[in-house]
Amino acid sequence: MAKVIVLTSGKGGVGKTTSAAAIASGLALRGKRTVVIDFDVGLRNLDLIMGCERRVVFDFINVINGDAKLNQALIKDKRNDNLYVFPTSQTRDKEALKRDGVERVLDELKENFDYIVCDSPAGIEHGAITALYFADSAIIVTNPEVSSVRDSDRIIGILASKSRRAEHNLEPVQVHLLLTRYSLERVKKGEMLSVEDVKEILSIPLLGVIPESETVLKASNTGTPVVFDEESPAGRSYLDAVARFVGEQREMRFLQPERRSIFRSLFGRA
Amino acid sequence: MRLLDLLFPERRNSAVIAKDRLKIVLAHERASRDAPEFLPALQKDLLEVVGRYVEIRDDTLRVNVGKSADTSLLEINVEIDRSLFKPVHNSATMRPRPLPTVRLEPESQAAPWVKPG
Repeated sequence: MAKVIVLTSGKGGVGKTTSAAAIASGLALRGKRTVVIDFDVGLRNLDLIMGCERRVVFDFINVINGDAKLNQALIKDKRNDNLYVFPTSQTRDKEALKRDGVERVLDELKENFDYIVCDSPAGIEHGAITALYFADSAIIVTNPEVSSVRDSDRIIGILASKSRRAEHNLEPVQVHLLLTRYSLERVKKGEMLSVEDVKEILSIPLLGVIPESETVLKASNTGTPVVFDEESPAGRSYLDAVARFVGEQREMRFLQPERRSIFRSLFGRA
Repeated sequence: MRLLDLLFPERRNSAVIAKDRLKIVLAHERASRDAPEFLPALQKDLLEVVGRYVEIRDDTLRVNVGKSADTSLLEINVEIDRSLFKPVHNSATMRPRPLPTVRLEPESQAAPWVKPG
């Protein structure tokens, strides 16, 4: 049975699209047939992060309106055969994502994929609610920072009351915390909320901690999801998070100061 | 670092402040989020009723539903400033006292402040 996962946060700029691209790619690398959908109508960016911006012909809205078939709009990833990108439209009509249309498209995707990863827009308006409505699982992307944590709490509340599972009294949406842009040094100095702090405040299970890393910007510059960079600490943390998502036990990395040799600190990469 | 901590044990770092502030604000927001849907309407009605007797502002009346185990508690807090008490007119138990009648003597018209007899 295909699983619908939404990456959501409330707040913008916390790393939803980066995380959606990384997690979808990570699932595909594990052999799962995965599609990642951009729900951010008007502000399409997943195509850039996935590096397929020049291959977009038809989009989500075209398929919903019946102007294109699903297989005309899906873009097959060039790095992994299991991975597809479903770009959104750049229309200004924010209400273009009709709930019944979205449901129809998701039902069709469920027949062909193991995982449907939805990249939600920021905020708690129509687009964000539509993105989370059909979710079976939600990954709450949070930065260790007050406004992000507060907005995450709000979104967790919305998932518990406004999602399809909530409205139909089904088993609740499984929520997972993904803490991004984490800086161990700043936590040690007492300048940043720690993993334990955020876990305690939001009280949802932790899926992973992604360290602040220069490789994330490099990945978006080149349109390569960060999990394809084997040297990247962020990439490895995302792969760990994906492994945990499918039920493996993995220890949290990069939460202890790394013991580095003189050689590595001179020549190694961050 | 350790030595500094010993010297200035009172100094709270900003992450601790962030955590405390978040805990307080989220406790408030969660309480209002989980509240039943009729609460705003109830609050409006209460405001109207209480407002007949006492001058109150919207933000001085708070209605909350607390929950512990299997009992729910409806909690209504009204902040009242004594000086804002309105004269009571429409209560059945407390009839308005008749105003003292002022009898004016013809010659006292020049001095209306004279106490009525």
